[in-house]
Amino acid sequence: MFAGWPLLSLLVWLPIIGGVAVLLSGDKGGSEGSRRLALIISVATFVLSLGLYTNFDSATSAMQFEERFEWIGDFNIYYHLGVDGISMPLIILTTFTTILVILAGWEVIQKRASQYMAAFLIMEGLMIGVFSALDAMFFYVFWEAMLIPMFVIIGVWGGPNRVYATIKFFIYTFFGSVFMLVAMIYMYYQSGSFAILDMHNLNLGMTEQTLIFFAFLAAFAVKVPMWPVHTWLPDAHVEAPTGGSVILAAIMLKIGGYGFVRFALPITPDASMSYDWLIIAMSLIAVVYIGFVALVQSDMKKLVAYSSIAHMGFVTLGLFSVFQILNNPANVDITGAVLAIEGAMVQMISHGFISGAMFLMIGVLYDRMHSREIADYGGVVNTMPVFAAFAVFFAMSNAGLPGTSGFVGEFMVILAVFKANFWIAFLAAITLILGAAYTLWMVKRVFYGEVTNENVKALKDLNQRELLIMSILAVSILALGLYPAPLVDVMHVSVDNLLQHITQSKLP
Amino acid sequence: MMTLEMLNLSIAMPELFLLALACTVLVVDVYLKDERRNVTYVLSQFGLIITLILISQQSPQSRELAFNGLFVNDLLATVLKYAAVLLVAVVFVYSRRYLQDRNIFKGEFYVLGLFGLLGMMVMISSNHFLSMYLGLELLSLSLYAMVAFDRENPNAAEAAMKYFILGAIASGMLLYGMSMVYGMTGSLNIVEVAVALDQIEGNNIVLIFGLVFMVIGLSFKLGAVPFHMWIPDVYHGSPTTVTSYIASAPKVAGFAMIIRLLAESMGSLQTDWQGMFIIMAVLSMIVGNVIAIAQTNLKRLFAYSTISHVGFIMLGLLAGNQEGYSAAMFYTLTYALTSLGAFGVIILLTRKGFEAENIDDFKGLNQRSPWFAFIMLIIVFSMAGVPPTVGFWAKLAVLKAVVNIDMLWLALLAVFFSIIGIFYYLRIVKVMYFDDALDKSEINCSRDMQIALSANGLSVLLLGLYPAALMSICIAAFA
Repeated sequence: MFAGWPLLSLLVWLPIIGGVAVLLSGDKGGSEGSRRLALIISVATFVLSLGLYTNFDSATSAMQFEERFEWIGDFNIYYHLGVDGISMPLIILTTFTTILVILAGWEVIQKRASQYMAAFLIMEGLMIGVFSALDAMFFYVFWEAMLIPMFVIIGVWGGPNRVYATIKFFIYTFFGSVFMLVAMIYMYYQSGSFAILDMHNLNLGMTEQTLIFFAFLAAFAVKVPMWPVHTWLPDAHVEAPTGGSVILAAIMLKIGGYGFVRFALPITPDASMSYDWLIIAMSLIAVVYIGFVALVQSDMKKLVAYSSIAHMGFVTLGLFSVFQILNNPANVDITGAVLAIEGAMVQMISHGFISGAMFLMIGVLYDRMHSREIADYGGVVNTMPVFAAFAVFFAMSNAGLPGTSGFVGEFMVILAVFKANFWIAFLAAITLILGAAYTLWMVKRVFYGEVTNENVKALKDLNQRELLIMSILAVSILALGLYPAPLVDVMHVSVDNLLQHITQSKLP
Repeated sequence: MMTLEMLNLSIAMPELFLLALACTVLVVDVYLKDERRNVTYVLSQFGLIITLILISQQSPQSRELAFNGLFVNDLLATVLKYAAVLLVAVVFVYSRRYLQDRNIFKGEFYVLGLFGLLGMMVMISSNHFLSMYLGLELLSLSLYAMVAFDRENPNAAEAAMKYFILGAIASGMLLYGMSMVYGMTGSLNIVEVAVALDQIEGNNIVLIFGLVFMVIGLSFKLGAVPFHMWIPDVYHGSPTTVTSYIASAPKVAGFAMIIRLLAESMGSLQTDWQGMFIIMAVLSMIVGNVIAIAQTNLKRLFAYSTISHVGFIMLGLLAGNQEGYSAAMFYTLTYALTSLGAFGVIILLTRKGFEAENIDDFKGLNQRSPWFAFIMLIIVFSMAGVPPTVGFWAKLAVLKAVVNIDMLWLALLAVFFSIIGIFYYLRIVKVMYFDDALDKSEINCSRDMQIALSANGLSVLLLGLYPAALMSICIAAFA
């Protein structure tokens, strides 16, 4: 199905134009119409994105579904879209998550519902644009434009301290990205084009590579976010409405990881190699130190936000441990390096599902109690047994229980890192204990024990809409955990190709 | 023997028509009763449309001279004039209700506006130091009077006085510099000066002195730090319609003035004025962005933001090549459009006896009028340089030009200060979208204003989605 359609353009523009339509439908006379319209558009986008999967040729590392038109001729900027095995799964994750977000906001958002739905749809289109743009400037336009709807989402529908959080979010991300813009302009003059694939083949001296690498690091480390530029994330998560948190954790953070894969590693491999210790150190701090920070949180959303930072530490750890793996004389082939990158990619997708599930879970409680404090809960299992079952399952997958998708990515990365250095792997593996500790301790305090107060006593279990969302997520997490092969298969050839770029020195 | 043919009047048709129009409006207005003042307005707008048509009739393939070389017409001039007339026409649309509400709906506003426009067009087309000075003074004198137009308002009188004194000093500086250049080159004709300068070798101290004085004069007019002091007071003190006038079309004329005087005639001294421009551009970006953070009055805030944008325009100019000039041109045109929209929204929110010029007056605009809050959102993000608005492409073009002349550090400095700048732009979005309205009254304004303002805001977005056409015009203007 969909063969020969300009699928990527449809995927980018359908949600954006649909979002504008939802915006115009307005809230006068109830928001039911705009909610339905938003749901229809998001489902249609998801169905279209499945066309990417069914028509995908996993035997080639070349870009597929390519579309290329001149956009700004004088600047050599092209409307250039295309996906490979690395970006395709992320696009499907985006379209999938957006449906859940629309559903999750169905009854909760009563204030200007059409604007809320429209903001998420427009976001969706822009994020798909980020994952599929093959022209650096085209990428940058999506990358920055994405901030506007998120800024509005947190600021309008967020919690009491939302203004501080959203401005902090915007300025942090903007700060990171402008230096990348200068780096891209510089590379344009070196390669004569803004095409990302041309930049992959660009020869750059060590000084240039180092500067460009740090420009990329500034942009992507803020997005991931890596320690020490992670401080915007807990604030943004705590203040954002549930849908905003889900999109932030499930997709926006992945854009940082994707940036490393698409830009930093293949364009500046030599600089990446000489500074890999820095990234590895920052990732380990994220994994271990932020894990401890998560342990002491009293706010559920903050706890999950810190756990996101720790889990994303695995992504950067996997990506940048390839140099150590390749340089270790004990490894005769590149399977270890392939495993590291694939592990990082699987971790990104899996974290998309799990963090989305965690935030939706907190959203369910927050909608009923209007509190995120762990201390306000206790014994929820007595009043919400079905919900508690889902919550325990999601918590287990967040802790990396085998059989869930959370295990697969972390295990692959740890296994690969063992081939590089025992001690790095040892430190990284601590997360399995820490992750279990902070997640399960939270579950224990919130769900088990005696019913602590009247509010908990009055709780009602999941309604059908919530049950639907939770079931879809649980099935996805389980499916990916038990049988990750389809995901790994589509990215395999692209990862091989990426490794070729990484292992080849770009020094002139 | 002078003949009429030698004057080559046909290429100055738009200016001649505009002159006749301004005089006609002046005379007609005298015979109108106050309640029929609309006739003046309609006549001016109608005249501007004809001027636009006359300009678009001209499609110069090469440089055409008139008035014995005092006046030049080329693609650059045509494009800039077109933009200037369009901007002034939109200012007139915005002005009508504002002036009526304040009982200053007088014909003089339109007459002065037209004469100012004539001055700008003469500047844009000037090929001679004298005609440049003539155009500049015509513009400045009209502006001084317009700033003081609301004569009951002490702020306006103060602003006009400051503007007049500083403007006069600046004109003096410019003239002094021109005289020194004349002394060295023996000509005031821009092309002849350029030829003569090519002959002069080595460092010539008198010439450099002349250049410094001219750069100071130009920077005063443009409002670059350290010659920016008048901008906040004038923007703040003037009636908002006059502010919107000052903030839009004269920037286009100022750009033309720099191109004609520095790039075309003193191109061979480029390395000398480049150094001065670097210092002023950096200072403008620092001062403009940092001081804007502390402002609570929107007109002052936009005044400081203008200063920082002037810094960016200078970055493009100092590159000193086709890429830089066209980037600066693109920046100037789109910035004039954006800034006009910003003041348009301020005018929209003002009512009889109420000036919506504090940032708090924008609180909850999204509740009062989601559409105009959205327009303001686009405008503000364009000023901040966030895609997909046109402000991003303007910044990109300038940064590209700067990187290409190997001044990477300057590009990094520029993006760094735009991060500082983003803070106060976000604050405007914050009050519009996140805060509750202090004043829940309906926004009512005339249909023509609504259409013009919506078109103005949307054009900022559409130019951002498809900047290629305007970009290639700007590049062709310097081919």
